[in-house]
Amino acid sequence: MELDSVMLSRMLTSMTLAFHIIFATIGVGVPVMISLAEFIGIKRKDAHYILLARRWARGFTITVAVGVVTGTCIGLQLSLLWPSFMRVAGQVISLPLFMETFAFFFEAIFLGIYLYTWDRFKKPIYHWLLSIPVIIGSSASAIFITTVNAFMNTPQGFTLRDGVITGIDPLKAMFNPATPSKVFHVLTSSYMTSAFILAAITAWVILFGKKTEYHMKSLKLTMAAGLIFALGTAVAGDISAKFLAKVQPEKLAAAEWHFETGKNADLILFGTLDENREIHNEIRLPKVLSFLAGNSFDTEVIGLDKIPEDEQPPLWIHYMFDLMVVIGMYATFISAVFVFLMRFRGNPFNKPLLWSIVASGPLSMLAIEFGWIFAEVGRQPWILRGYMKVAEGATRADHVGLTFLMFLALYLVLAVMTVIVLTRMFKKKTPEQEFEERYSNAF
Amino acid sequence: MSLQLLGITVLWTFLYGYLIVASVDFGAGFFAYYGKITKKDHVINHIISRYLSPVWEVTNVFFVFFFVGLIGFFPDTAYYYGTALLIPGSIALILLALRGSFYAFGNYGAKKGNSFYLFLYGATGLLIPASLSTALTISEGGFLEKKGDSVEFLAMKLFASPYSWSVVLLAIVSVLFISASFLTYYADRANDVDARNVLRKFALFWSIPCILASLLVFTALKGHNARHFSNALDIWWMFGLSFLCFLVATIFIYRKKWFGWAFILVMLQFFFAFFGYGASHLPYILDPFITIHTAVTNDAMGTALVIAFIAGLFLLVPSLGLLMKLFLFDADYVRGKK
Repeated sequence: MELDSVMLSRMLTSMTLAFHIIFATIGVGVPVMISLAEFIGIKRKDAHYILLARRWARGFTITVAVGVVTGTCIGLQLSLLWPSFMRVAGQVISLPLFMETFAFFFEAIFLGIYLYTWDRFKKPIYHWLLSIPVIIGSSASAIFITTVNAFMNTPQGFTLRDGVITGIDPLKAMFNPATPSKVFHVLTSSYMTSAFILAAITAWVILFGKKTEYHMKSLKLTMAAGLIFALGTAVAGDISAKFLAKVQPEKLAAAEWHFETGKNADLILFGTLDENREIHNEIRLPKVLSFLAGNSFDTEVIGLDKIPEDEQPPLWIHYMFDLMVVIGMYATFISAVFVFLMRFRGNPFNKPLLWSIVASGPLSMLAIEFGWIFAEVGRQPWILRGYMKVAEGATRADHVGLTFLMFLALYLVLAVMTVIVLTRMFKKKTPEQEFEERYSNAF
Repeated sequence: MSLQLLGITVLWTFLYGYLIVASVDFGAGFFAYYGKITKKDHVINHIISRYLSPVWEVTNVFFVFFFVGLIGFFPDTAYYYGTALLIPGSIALILLALRGSFYAFGNYGAKKGNSFYLFLYGATGLLIPASLSTALTISEGGFLEKKGDSVEFLAMKLFASPYSWSVVLLAIVSVLFISASFLTYYADRANDVDARNVLRKFALFWSIPCILASLLVFTALKGHNARHFSNALDIWWMFGLSFLCFLVATIFIYRKKWFGWAFILVMLQFFFAFFGYGASHLPYILDPFITIHTAVTNDAMGTALVIAFIAGLFLLVPSLGLLMKLFLFDADYVRGKK
């Protein structure tokens, strides 16, 4: 591996995105959970849920701040690190980028209003209504930015001849074949991950702090929501796999180590690969890949033999794909067990289950990272699939290495500070104290 | 109006919006820190934080909006600025990132009044306008060189240029002047006489350097880019109006009257100066590489962007109105009763 500008640009972009995606995911999912909690609180006249929404919202401001600044970083880095790419693709993707900023603007305005108007309205439902534009804004910005990424996977809506772009159709570019499945998968997995992260925090507190009514309600809400979103994510993932089989077969083939085109293709779970592309130590599910690709065991799945060698993605994305799927199934299973025990009067608050929930939060976030690494590395060597390779898009400026180190330092500082500030914020005042202060007169 | 002109006007308006809201924000950070070290923080800092808390994210969006729009309308800018500004752009980004996140850490997380956060906040408040203003300086030409298919940034030339330093100076003092005149108005609305008096002094103190720095920029521009300078002379009345607004605003502030109008006049002062500067800069976006005619995106995308922009305004203007109604024009909130 040579550390030239191309490699360093890739490393810096990956680092920024890997860091940003943590906060972006929380930014898309947590408003939904806050809104749910407040709505239930108002409907059931249960102050515990209102307090839950308030406390989540307070922590959310910190993650939003980091999300906003890292988002600004990646926004500008696109031009700083990939100027040749932006010069060409910028003409086609500027509409969704522009609309993403609008959505972000909308969200920022209403988030500011939401956070500072808790006690300003006579009817609490008015305050709850303010959470709707926040959700619309955050989810819409996820949708728009995902269309940009989808465009890079399946570009359309323009003609490129000798580096000159003509015949641009902005809407066709935005609603490219990859858009529906990507958007669906991004939204459900963000909602899911946020629910499991909030659940993991609650489960941790129940294990090591107190098991109060407040915490039990919190865990019930987050686990129930988590189950629904996890099922949604599974459906979205299935749609995405079928899409890949049809439109981007090289990505699925690399992910599944599927070398020979053919029917009755096996699904490979984990395993290792030797120099001769022989698979060892794998768990083999016969014919399942065919089923995954087209709902029938006879579906023909295109293998890497049909893809020119210099256009094949690296084969290690197989592990990313497997880890993502396995974590998704784990989280679905855990939340299903919890909801089952909750419905049928079992004890969902038993220690092993609580520990499993604690694990589900960070694991879901890891699954997000793995999924994005799979999606992004899976379209290597292309930056604009079929049009422009990564090496042609990168900056020719020097000092990318220095820039990498500067941003590495920045993200380290931000990561450490975020953890410290969030921990301090929630330890300073326990929910019981806050509940006492706020509602001792009212109830 | 041609699509190109419409595009650049829209973008320039956003940059103007950013100039105003960001100046208030950046200056506030500096005054908050200055208040702390001169032990006036108990007088002014609560006013500052009550204003900033609900709006700080919105400020950032204006900036993102501008550069996303610029690349959308004029994709060539991504290529030239992107290649050339890797290091200075990254430094500005890191400062912005530190400032934004430490504002939230300081305000929502840590113990109140932590002076390290406040120092970071105050210092970056002056460094960011300085570093962002260099992008405008570069647009005047002479600081980029094209070598084959790469663009090189002549950093040493920028450091040695009197024009570049005059712009940096103007950026810093205008930030302080705009911010102080806004905060004076805000404190006045809050009926907080003590805070108002302190902030009023800041506003008056920074008014003179602000106007001197503008003159300095003009003189330096004459030496740096004669074409631009003579274009500016053609629309001298824009700058005349700007000066007039400045005079009346300062008189209002000096006579402790009509602080709201004074701030509107300060906004107009910068409106005329900024648009006068922008208009005389045309047709170049980046002299001599990019003009609004050579670099514009194709018509279909340009039209789509304008439509998206207008649709977006229908969403933004009422929401911004609501934000201002709740936090700027709600007397009870400003006075800290809500």
